[in-house]
Amino acid sequence: MTMPAPQAASLDQKYEIAHLTLVPKRHIGRMVTAALVLAALAALVRAFSVGQIEWSYVRDFLFAPAILQGLQSTLVMTVAAMTLGIVLGVVIALMRVSGNPVLSSIAVGYVWIFRGAPALLQLMIWFNLALIFPTMGIPGLFEFRTVDIMTPFVAAMLGLGISQGAYTSEVVRSGLLSVDSGQYEAARSIGMTQMVMLRRIVLPQAMRVMVPPIGNEVIGMVKLTSLASVIQYSEILHNAQIIYFANTRVLELLLVASFWYLAVVSVLSIVQHYIEQYFGRGSKAVSASM
Amino acid sequence: MSKEIVVKAVDVTKLFGTFTALDKVSLEIAKGEVCCIIGPSGSGKSTFLRCINQLEKMNAGAIWVNDELVGYRREGNNLHEISDVEMSRQRRHIGMVFQRFNLFPHKTALENIMEGPVHVLREPIADVHKRAEDLLVRVGLGDKAGHYPSQLSGGQQQRVAIARAMCMRPELILFDEPTSALDPELVSEVLDVMKDLAASGMTMIVVTHELGFARSVANTVAFMEAGKMVEVGPASQVLSSPKSPRTVEFIRAVHG
Ligand SMILES: Nc1ncnc2c1ncn2[C@@H]1O[C@H](COP(=O)(O)OP(=O)(O)O)[C@@H](O)[C@H]1O
Ligand SMILES: [Mg+2]
Repeated sequence: MTMPAPQAASLDQKYEIAHLTLVPKRHIGRMVTAALVLAALAALVRAFSVGQIEWSYVRDFLFAPAILQGLQSTLVMTVAAMTLGIVLGVVIALMRVSGNPVLSSIAVGYVWIFRGAPALLQLMIWFNLALIFPTMGIPGLFEFRTVDIMTPFVAAMLGLGISQGAYTSEVVRSGLLSVDSGQYEAARSIGMTQMVMLRRIVLPQAMRVMVPPIGNEVIGMVKLTSLASVIQYSEILHNAQIIYFANTRVLELLLVASFWYLAVVSVLSIVQHYIEQYFGRGSKAVSASM
Repeated sequence: MSKEIVVKAVDVTKLFGTFTALDKVSLEIAKGEVCCIIGPSGSGKSTFLRCINQLEKMNAGAIWVNDELVGYRREGNNLHEISDVEMSRQRRHIGMVFQRFNLFPHKTALENIMEGPVHVLREPIADVHKRAEDLLVRVGLGDKAGHYPSQLSGGQQQRVAIARAMCMRPELILFDEPTSALDPELVSEVLDVMKDLAASGMTMIVVTHELGFARSVANTVAFMEAGKMVEVGPASQVLSSPKSPRTVEFIRAVHG
């Protein structure tokens, strides 16, 4: 180091920092919070382990046939209701942005009604539809009794799927709006019809915006299917209830059900991550992180 | 002498609400001709291009492309609006290159170029693949086939966009300020591709502020202002000795 001038010697000393020690900032608040959280967790674990929970029951029932069958029904209902919800969501969103005032009004009305009533209530109305329409069909062609087709499965799928469609249509609509108008023009300029443009250009790009909220909705649906237990659909919570009505091990079986919900949701979260990566291809944010 | 007319626009008028964006614009372009449209911002140049391939619906007047009435079907003395499918069919013959490129961001350069021929014209994939690769080489991007638009510079994206238009084998390509969104050093690589295209006999309408390009490539130059076609003529005449004082003023302003 060169000395600029004699009178600057004391200043130079001040700017000499090589011999100093760096003392990292102490995050006292963080440590205290962490300690409190750990203590609370420990207390919770202790409460569960010394409480009135027979863990051997939890272990035994985790893979009981009735529970696994319930798990399967939960998954089937999630797929069925969500598929219906997404199909309806896309159709309703397209109707909404179609520019056709009739279709657009129908879409607005749909969202208003099916987002306005609780899903549980809608499910029960479908299940009891026979009270309004004792028979259904086209008069003279075919006809059947409503109670025969409105099984717990069908009622739950309609109730959950149709109300989901109202929410999903808003997700799809925001996805459609996120696609730049230049994309529509470029697609038209190479002679694409409306349908081809939607399928090849618009929806794939809208997916990037739609996947995170739809993933959220799928995860919500896994748990929402538990509502179907009230109309005797034999999903996992319903089957857990049947077992604990018999053996009175209420909490143990609720924990078994919780375990499976948590397991399914965890797997779905991982799947969602990969789907997001797929639809993010070509976008800067994702290609930078890959 | 009969030259084949590719575009004929007669009294094209376009209103946005009460605002007249195009006021009886007429233009005629022969096969293989390059027409540059110049004029101040907001004069209706883009709107006119967009009327030619029906991205905008005109309020009055008519346009023929290759002797086919654009947007309407004539039955006796009635003009019937054509369907979405018919409109798409008409657009296949007309390429368009945009100021902001508008490449499909979820598709690679090669996929962008192949998209139309494969999914609109339904040509065999193998043929299109070969043609698309040749086009990429022709626009100087033979090594970028697998790149996504976000991985390309503006000039490269615009060259892919031109290749995308060319791969449809259109009879006419419309360019709307193709170099206006580019950094100055990238302008010439795009203009070079366009010169090559013009030399190959493509009919082109180019909205541009690049008067040098217009002077060297255009056959016809049209000057628009306030929705009106003020002056149309041979490039050398309009650019060197314009008749209208408005054109004189504009050219002086662009040259700075
Ligand atoms: N969709 C639209 N709605 C309302 N006004 C528009 C629309 N598009 C263009 N205009 C108006 O029409 C005029 C011509 O626009 P444009 O054709 O884009 O001009 P140029 O391309 O020559 O700059 C401008 O005044 C513009 O504001
Ligand atoms: Mg413009």
